[in-house]
Amino acid sequence: MTFGKGVRDGLPICLGYISVSFAFGMMVVEGGLPAWIGVLISMTNLTSAGQFAGLDLILSGGLYVELAVTTFVINVRYLLMSLSLSQKIDPAMSGLERLLLSFGITDEIFAVAVQQKEPVNSRYLTGLISMPYVGWALGTLLGATAAEILPLPIRSALGIAIYGMFLAIIIPPAVKAKPVAVVVIIAVVLSCLFQWVPGLNQLSSGWVIILCAIPAAAFAALRWPVEEETGEAT
Amino acid sequence: MIENLPYILFSILIMAGVTYLVRMLPLTLFRKKIENRFVKSFLAYVPYAVLAAMTFPAILDSTSSIWSALAGLAVALLLAWKNRSLLTVALGAVATVLIVEQLLVWFQLLTF
Repeated sequence: MTFGKGVRDGLPICLGYISVSFAFGMMVVEGGLPAWIGVLISMTNLTSAGQFAGLDLILSGGLYVELAVTTFVINVRYLLMSLSLSQKIDPAMSGLERLLLSFGITDEIFAVAVQQKEPVNSRYLTGLISMPYVGWALGTLLGATAAEILPLPIRSALGIAIYGMFLAIIIPPAVKAKPVAVVVIIAVVLSCLFQWVPGLNQLSSGWVIILCAIPAAAFAALRWPVEEETGEAT
Repeated sequence: MIENLPYILFSILIMAGVTYLVRMLPLTLFRKKIENRFVKSFLAYVPYAVLAAMTFPAILDSTSSIWSALAGLAVALLLAWKNRSLLTVALGAVATVLIVEQLLVWFQLLTF
């Protein structure tokens, strides 16, 4: 679990992030804000959906309380991820390291870290966070300053990149282990209901993710409790 | 230069603070291994549930046309099923979307 392995594992995430944050950078400038504001948001927040929603609110002059509640609701999934990761990291990790490294828990970094066979130490986690962090800031800067260098069809196609990464994370274990497949199917069905059923689709995306993930994971945990000491679902 | 700069900066501070707290609190407060078997199992399944809910149905809206999104989804599923890397799956999906959207433009079913 070295720094170098973390950097290597983080590289694909970094490339995915450049494409997603590129779109964010474009939105910042289209909204009439300077590029450095976009880069500042990316470097202090390091989150996709939360930043897009926050930018919308800032551009429309939303209230501070609105901003705080929206950010919380969209990012409340990180509570679950951070809790899950707390069971996976090296118990020797110091309090200060936890304070610093928890800043870098994103969906993808979490997913890669939690899949490691060994306990995750601070060197590995630092390496894993470093490249995606740079990529997220760099992509924002490029999107805000040089969006026109990419033709529109390419920018449109890049929208699917982040979901491709998600699928690469969830499909192989779902093929290998039936409980994981069931978790995925339940979460997908619930998520589609929240999108398409009138009434249910009024909920914000942050709550939807929580309300899909909790029943799906709880059902599988009751039906197929994991055996291994590491708590890994395989 | 910028209108409302203090408002914008304080807004960014609020967003960053809230985002940091939800990430930081569980990792710093839960120092011990959780022994409860149900909770352990639940936490092991959470990542797949969260990522699945974030991907579907949002992936269908992620491009300029539902058809290019479906094609990209199919290719991503196939590559992921073959255990290809994160980057291969992501770029495979992007390339597929690009090709399908060019075809749609060619047949005048899509304009940019």
